[in-house]
Amino acid sequence: MQRAEQRDEVEMLALMLLIRRFEERASQQYQAQKIGGFCHLYIGQEAVVVGAVAAVRDDDYIITAYRDHGHALARGTSANACMAELFGRETGCSRGLGGSMHFFNRQNHMYGGHAIVGAHVPLAVGLAFAIKYRGEDRVTLCFFGDGAINQGAFHEALNLAALYKLPIVFICENNLFAMGTSVKRSTSLKQIVDRAEGYDIPGEIVDGMNFREVRDKIAEIVSSIRKEPHPAFVEVRTYRYRGHSMSDPASYRTKQELEKYRLDDPITRLRAQLTREGKLTNEQFDQLDKKAKETVLASVKFAEKSPQPPLDKLYDYTYANGAGEAGVSPVKSNGLAADIAATE
Amino acid sequence: MREITYRQALNEALAEELERDPNVFLMGEEVAEYNGAYKVSQGLLDRFGPRRIIDTPISENGFAGLGVGAAMVGLRPIIEFMTFSFSLVAFDQVVNNAPNMFTMSGGQFNIPITFRGPNGPAHQLGATHSHATEPLYANAPGLKVCTPATPRDAKGLLKTAVRDNNPVLVLEAELLYSSKGMVEPPDEELLIPLGQAEIKREGSDVSIICYSQTVPLALATAQKLEDEDISAEIVDLRSIKPLDEKAIFDSVAKTHRVVIVEQDCPFCGVGAEVCYRIQQNIFDELDAPIIRVSQEDVPMPYNERLEKAVLPNADKVIAAVKKVCYA
Repeated sequence: MQRAEQRDEVEMLALMLLIRRFEERASQQYQAQKIGGFCHLYIGQEAVVVGAVAAVRDDDYIITAYRDHGHALARGTSANACMAELFGRETGCSRGLGGSMHFFNRQNHMYGGHAIVGAHVPLAVGLAFAIKYRGEDRVTLCFFGDGAINQGAFHEALNLAALYKLPIVFICENNLFAMGTSVKRSTSLKQIVDRAEGYDIPGEIVDGMNFREVRDKIAEIVSSIRKEPHPAFVEVRTYRYRGHSMSDPASYRTKQELEKYRLDDPITRLRAQLTREGKLTNEQFDQLDKKAKETVLASVKFAEKSPQPPLDKLYDYTYANGAGEAGVSPVKSNGLAADIAATE
Repeated sequence: MREITYRQALNEALAEELERDPNVFLMGEEVAEYNGAYKVSQGLLDRFGPRRIIDTPISENGFAGLGVGAAMVGLRPIIEFMTFSFSLVAFDQVVNNAPNMFTMSGGQFNIPITFRGPNGPAHQLGATHSHATEPLYANAPGLKVCTPATPRDAKGLLKTAVRDNNPVLVLEAELLYSSKGMVEPPDEELLIPLGQAEIKREGSDVSIICYSQTVPLALATAQKLEDEDISAEIVDLRSIKPLDEKAIFDSVAKTHRVVIVEQDCPFCGVGAEVCYRIQQNIFDELDAPIIRVSQEDVPMPYNERLEKAVLPNADKVIAAVKKVCYA
């Protein structure tokens, strides 16, 4: 098991680059209509999930909302499996049945990918409950956006976590906008972190454009939780460069505001830190970037070549024991799905 | 066999499953220190301790979701709703998270969770506390829904639900908690498969298809019909989903006449599905159009006389039976 302090910062920078290049390519493929449905990009927020994941063990649980590509990649899901999922292919990380908003990776303890705002926060508390129930020393990281903090599920979940003293870090990725509504217009608090105080949960504010600050703060919190299980709350101040989803031109904010954050770019920042300290040359950075671009380009080719989920397995993923589960007689719409197969 | 109440039967089922599998825990409002709002969990806190019998605040969405999350990593939660009318506050967790997870994750996460509690109209509780939620939940792919009407079925179905690897709703009958029935002795394992109806009374003239609180009503009505020389067969569905088509079709092939007595509201109700499947599959067996007896299509009034008028009753069932029998 890899310990937080052992994670190489250059590798973490490479991971942030991979997420950035993946999202850029996803955007392009979406515009080329290779990707359906909604597609929410993580560009600008890379230091949040990479910093957080760098602070925990590989067997700690993570769960997030619908802006989840970065979380899946950060947790070791291959670019191939992620891109194939966007393409709706059987080789995708959710077999093409989940889509952009529902990435899962059981093996790597990535518990989704959840698209109803706030609804996964109780699930996260359930993950943490299971940890305590079994007497393990794992921690759950629960990511969500600033839009989630006004949902009932969020409030109920925080109260339960505090009441049962569960090992969980609530990580609010405050990118200032819930779709097009700014935090100022949605939330009656001066700062989001104050939500935690209402539940007697310790809270911190972290600069989400600074990888090291995110990692170090979360590592400190997690170490305290491992000693004595309790919930904690972190408001990570970040910014998404793109609109809420691919269909959003983000006309509710100014170019100046976007430029201000771009100048504070998390990748540029970690690169500068590493360069200054003599840990990274320009050539090395270019190599990392080149590799990220190649990996992502290869993932598009992989996705394009991957098969569609077979129609004859349509009923296999509704109940745990598959279509043949004893006693279950699904309503098969009079075999219409088979008719579609025949016409293809 | 010995006679116990429906409440005791559920209590035995919970205790046996808690005893058998350390991954099973019971969570809900008043389940622990209060011993259950309807005393179904009586004594379980003393026996299994606060780690496994867990009181919650009034946060149905929160603790239902907690259960789903715990089930993702292999625990087998039993989530009690004080009544299924309150489950509507947790609808998102029960309908959007529990049954969708297996599909959305491409088969990586099944959710072995049991949601249970009293369901259906009780007595003068008014519109908010009288919901029969079975058609709402049966409509969601990925859920299973069962509706025990007797102590034996309550015990056997609840135990099966807890062992199922999918989200299962055990919709108990609020009015039947104190009813009694014969059940196998505690040292005899009682598991009743989901999706198996039971003929609660054999008959030859008409099939009365019912479930949950309408089963005792149908049985009592069958006695009265006997006086009029009409022999009614009582088909207790026991599970709404999966639905035991074969038991239904076999009975209809025998009697050729069908009355469906359901405890829910009529529009898109359970009876609509049963009716569809009969005409789709064994149309030629029918000698008369099927009649459904359900609640009236109104929010439940408090007034006792009006409430009685809304619910299925013997008079309505007898009238329906006579109509399908052209009697």
